[in-house]
Amino acid sequence: MHEEIIFSGFGGQGALFAGQLLAYAAVDAGKHVTWIPSYGPEMRGGTAHCTVVVSDEPIGSPLVRRPTTVVALNLPSFDKYENLVKPGGRLIYNSSLMDVQPNRADIRYVAVPANEIGETLGNVRQANVVLLGAFLATTGALPLDVVESALDLHLPERQRKYLASNKAALRQGAAHALATLTPAYT
Amino acid sequence: MARELWKGNEAIAEAAIRAGLEAYFGYPITPQTELLEYMSARMPALGRVFLQAESEVASINMVYGAASGGARAMSSSSSPGISLMQEGLSYIAGSEIPAVLVDIMRGGPGLGNIQPSQADYFQMTRSAGHGDFHPIVLAPSTVQEAVDIMYDAFPLAEKYRTIVIVAADGSLGQMMEPAEMPPMRSVLTEAERGAWAVRGAAGRPKNVITSLFLNEQELETLNLRLQEKLKTIQMNEQRWEEVETEDARYLLVAYGTVGRTCKTTLREARKQGHKVGLFRPISLWPFPTPRLRELADQVRAVLVVEMSAGQMLDDVRLAVEGRCPVEFYGRMGGVMPLPDEILEALAEVEAKVKAEVEAKVKAKVDTKVLSLNLNL
Amino acid sequence: MADRNEITQEMVLEQGNVVYQRPEALAETLTHYCPGCTHGIIHRLIAEAIDELGIREKTILVAPVGCAVLIYNYFDVDAVEAAHGRAPAMATGLKRTQPDKVVLTYQGDGDLAAIGTAEILHAANRGENISVFFVNNAVYGMTSGQMAPTTLPGQVTTSTPTGRDVKVHGYPMRMAEIIAGLPGACYVARRAVYDVRTVRQARKAVMTALKTQLAGLGLSMVEFLSSCPTNWHMTPVDALTWIKDNMAPYFPLGDYKVADEVQALQ
Repeated sequence: MHEEIIFSGFGGQGALFAGQLLAYAAVDAGKHVTWIPSYGPEMRGGTAHCTVVVSDEPIGSPLVRRPTTVVALNLPSFDKYENLVKPGGRLIYNSSLMDVQPNRADIRYVAVPANEIGETLGNVRQANVVLLGAFLATTGALPLDVVESALDLHLPERQRKYLASNKAALRQGAAHALATLTPAYT
Repeated sequence: MARELWKGNEAIAEAAIRAGLEAYFGYPITPQTELLEYMSARMPALGRVFLQAESEVASINMVYGAASGGARAMSSSSSPGISLMQEGLSYIAGSEIPAVLVDIMRGGPGLGNIQPSQADYFQMTRSAGHGDFHPIVLAPSTVQEAVDIMYDAFPLAEKYRTIVIVAADGSLGQMMEPAEMPPMRSVLTEAERGAWAVRGAAGRPKNVITSLFLNEQELETLNLRLQEKLKTIQMNEQRWEEVETEDARYLLVAYGTVGRTCKTTLREARKQGHKVGLFRPISLWPFPTPRLRELADQVRAVLVVEMSAGQMLDDVRLAVEGRCPVEFYGRMGGVMPLPDEILEALAEVEAKVKAEVEAKVKAKVDTKVLSLNLNL
Repeated sequence: MADRNEITQEMVLEQGNVVYQRPEALAETLTHYCPGCTHGIIHRLIAEAIDELGIREKTILVAPVGCAVLIYNYFDVDAVEAAHGRAPAMATGLKRTQPDKVVLTYQGDGDLAAIGTAEILHAANRGENISVFFVNNAVYGMTSGQMAPTTLPGQVTTSTPTGRDVKVHGYPMRMAEIIAGLPGACYVARRAVYDVRTVRQARKAVMTALKTQLAGLGLSMVEFLSSCPTNWHMTPVDALTWIKDNMAPYFPLGDYKVADEVQALQ
């Protein structure tokens, strides 16, 4: 197993945290993992992204030019990364915030109305976790319950009250992705 | 201890604390600030000293003071801050005080930016301050290696009464990776501290720590002794990693983050059937010259890759001494080279070497033909 | 009557007639200070106070860059040599890791009031529990007489050959007043050593500064107006008069900060 994922969105959408959650879970699952953020002024607004590499082998470069999966939380991220996804890879995107026409036939697109799902769970800011759920279901990179225990351990203190709804967000994102996957792609 | 996910800066801080760090002095600067923040919470909780100084100048002199008393003391900073510390580093070197410094390098010159860089190589290995001295400079390429190097930095500094700099770039400071922490050491006991330390002249003659030797003979004697010590360090403390060098025809030389990036390049190149090896210096000073020289006899060419305009390149050339061509690929300004562009650079080196070999063979054949013609 | 050459130290001690002797905290050695320079008096005052308080074995002295750069040769205490102006930072490192020790800095006007202003201001502001002895002689002595931050308006130095022009070089800095304005400084005084009366007052101030540290109250500083006959181009006696007539009016002697806790010590 070797997955190279970029999570990207507006600052504050939680792209970095979604990547961290995946990284924590990967450690618990005994994988090699690196998480590397974009950092600096963009942390305070603008776009923020992180690159997560999860692998059965020791990891060389923590940065990648052609990720196997991109999780786009906003439109600029979709536009920026659509052409960079490795052939055969996936682009999982937040369809609540963009109305897009896929341009490539050699990657899989997974549209997830992450903001809507987050809102029905009472917190639009869980869109990042919804999309992480969709990523897990699409790739089978890690079991959902490993990520759930990562949430138990690593959700920041001030957001503990959202623990249950974060878990629900993860499950619903996964369910939504599974429902939209066509057999041809599985 | 289990493997846990750590941010590079915080892992380095925790490893230093576990190494028995007694006092930390620092000043915020991106991309090392998490190191200082981590210290600010953890050190007081352990009853140890944390102080945010008014500048890097003050930080390093506070380290100088604390370490003069025999305490395990350190600071951390990033490139512009290290420039400010050079005065203090020189004094620490001149008075032979063991001290540890972490440099999480960023793009320069000037204010530059906060993205990763390796452009402080010269500053650390060549000119960490005025006068003749070299700190030991160790460059980790993973969070785990940063932890291991940091944990050993104090005993190493104390063994030689020298400065140890842990040199990483901004990406290693910012990235998260699993690491296993070493066990907690307590701070040094009175008995474990150097007899040279200033702790009050109780029942013994006074100790004086100074780098001032007005008499030129005396200062030359000190310098000769420092040079002897540096030679010993050069003999004992060279560290490096080799990857698939046994049958390598082409050798990548890179350190730190670029060193690990080259591992991805190497895998890809091997997959394509190229006999590529990697030599990753871990000690930048002392540079692992002898081993690299041996390898230079075995390979057709060396490709040095750095996040700078080519600084370690000088040391590689000094090691190779013309045994094979030394080529360079570098990115600057905070740009991190990716595996595919290094692979392209490697392909160019191979093509160049092959073209040269072919030209030589052709020249030989031509000469033969010419001499044959003459014989006729 | 015995020849005076035959009077030994032991004989004097036996008769109990000692009225003046080298303090234990001073090393038995010659100094490099110029004739008439008052560094020697200030050294002695500090050494006497160390003896009187019985703290020689737990004192750590931080030496400056300036004329007193070799002060560690003249004191019989543990010492470190700081970079120019950085003594308060070095003292901070020492005191924070060894709070049970007595940490002193001894700094000149270039060291403390020019290159090291950031370090002294922040050490004072943090209330570092150290004692600072600041020797102000209105000139850079060691480098042979250039303008100091405390050089008086109109004063001729080797770098102000027509006299200090305040429009070009600014005004002399009154460090005691500046430091006294910082909450972390507990005891700040300016003294001189140009006659018996001022020397006695200075000695008391040194004692108060050290007691302030021993009581853990915060930063204490004594500024001394000191003479430099060599670079002022004066006889030692004229130099002392010059302090009284010219320096003291600009840098008034007195206590600039005596915190209540310090008052209680006296």
